[in-house]
Amino acid sequence: MSDLAWFLVAAVVKSIIAIVALLTAFAYMTLIERRVIARFQRRVGPNRAGPFGVFQPLADAIKMAFKEHILPAKASSFVFLMAPAISVFVALTAFAVVPLGGPTPWGTSAIARAWAPYIADLNVGILYILSISSLAVYGIVLAGWSSGNHYSLLGALRSAAQMVSYEVSIGLALAGVLMFAGTLSMVGIVEAQVHQGIWFILAQPLGFFLYAIAAIAEVNRAPFDLPEAEQELVAGYLTEFSGLRWSLFQMAEYINMITASSVLATLFFGGWTLGALNGVLGAPFIWYFIKVAFFLFVFIWLRATLPRIRYDQLMRFGWQVLLPLSVVNALVTAAVVAFGLSWWVSGLFGLAVLVIAVGVYYLRARRRTAGQMELARLDFGTPNATVSVGVALPSSVRLVSLPAANGAVDSAAEKGEPVVVG
Amino acid sequence: MSLDIPTIAFYLIAIVLVGSALAVVLLRNIVHSALFLAVMFGAAAGAYVLLNAEFIAIVQVLIYAGAVTILVLFAIMLTRNAQSQSSNPFAKQWWLALIICVLLGFGLVYAVGNSAMAVASAFAPVHLATLGADSGTVTRLGQLLYSPFVYSYVLPFEIASVVLLVAIIGAIVIGRED
Repeated sequence: MSDLAWFLVAAVVKSIIAIVALLTAFAYMTLIERRVIARFQRRVGPNRAGPFGVFQPLADAIKMAFKEHILPAKASSFVFLMAPAISVFVALTAFAVVPLGGPTPWGTSAIARAWAPYIADLNVGILYILSISSLAVYGIVLAGWSSGNHYSLLGALRSAAQMVSYEVSIGLALAGVLMFAGTLSMVGIVEAQVHQGIWFILAQPLGFFLYAIAAIAEVNRAPFDLPEAEQELVAGYLTEFSGLRWSLFQMAEYINMITASSVLATLFFGGWTLGALNGVLGAPFIWYFIKVAFFLFVFIWLRATLPRIRYDQLMRFGWQVLLPLSVVNALVTAAVVAFGLSWWVSGLFGLAVLVIAVGVYYLRARRRTAGQMELARLDFGTPNATVSVGVALPSSVRLVSLPAANGAVDSAAEKGEPVVVG
Repeated sequence: MSLDIPTIAFYLIAIVLVGSALAVVLLRNIVHSALFLAVMFGAAAGAYVLLNAEFIAIVQVLIYAGAVTILVLFAIMLTRNAQSQSSNPFAKQWWLALIICVLLGFGLVYAVGNSAMAVASAFAPVHLATLGADSGTVTRLGQLLYSPFVYSYVLPFEIASVVLLVAIIGAIVIGRED
């Protein structure tokens, strides 16, 4: 057979392997997530089906398959049936350029290269992932619109606004890495890290955190899971879906998580490489899996730890914090690369900005807490009210407008005088 | 005419592209029209890939399918009752539009095939090998757009960005409550 034919056969076989592996990973991610979150909440989690609950995903799959498929009377049926399929299709497609190993683990002949452990090495690899995952919003928007339900539509609109807003920051946050690597190819970026002897997390700490935050928002995970905020929107765009169609959306979410973790591992943590241990047989895959598993754990960790943020906080954070910091990061990295400075210049700069950002956040949080305490101290019209923290708090901390700066509140609080809230 | 893989791919993409473009105009439900607009942009990206212009293809998907069509959908869903079945009605002069479109189409095909300005006749077969291996890469494109050392399109690019800035400011001025 010709090289092209070999390449096509290899691509098809590798795609099938990737799809099967991703679906299995999705099934066990649901189990792992439930077990891990249970540990966070001092519960046990699902442990009845098989040892440690390993057959739980199987049981869930059977349950989902036999659930009734409900088509709402007001639904636009064709789009309603298409939406989950679009979500999964987009999620699976984006994984095509993720490299699990180098181009030559099986040898350097043309046939061995055709079987390299990635489906394709595009020279626009990372842009391909960005552009395909920008299509993920279609599945959600169409699901919400076609359900014929106001909660679903609201969830879909939130999701569209959220994903479009955070995509800008994603692109700019990754720009720094691309400038250091000098290529857009995923394999090329890992090889650039090997060549320069560093992981790009060292040169781009700010870019790493900006991308990680924006990626969580892009895959609609907690604390950015407003599209399915159950307290406000029932379940957002998922409300009318049941059975296998519902699990297709779950599948898309988890596969998107795996892809985002792979991008984090590849761009900032050297992908499949780990220095001297690369020569060991099977090592590339192991390092890749360890790194991705770590980031997946972080996704679960954040979900277990952080409360969901409000819609206005989401928009303010995206446009007023993430975007300016991404622009600053891209500018400084461009200057470092253009003037041929060493990587630690942008690394130190990124760390300094991170420290400043965290400090500003801490000060603001302290000031808000002071305002809250002050409101709790105030007497809201009830004669002889018992003053204790937690009584008669306003519905939102934003309703508190402090008359003076932090110090004045503190001194007033020390003297025990009530501060007039305007 | 030999039926190699790129040729077959081209005809598949062309059928999808023309079909979805017709669907955008002909479908009664405007949300379905917007969806087929996204399909059309995707097919156009496929055509760019066949021309070795991978970067343009990716940007086509990223910007047109990923952002512009989403904004269109957003506007439709926020402004009108998109569930109604005939939200994309024909105007009365549809036959006039049809005549103009056919004439314009013939004019374009004739011009591309016969113009002295064309680089090569669009109807002559082009082998991908003659385009050069790196003709679609980001590096070449970047040099062509921004290079300060050789002739590049920096000035037109900057003017285009000023146009975008004016559009943004205009939108803010229109949308501002006063």
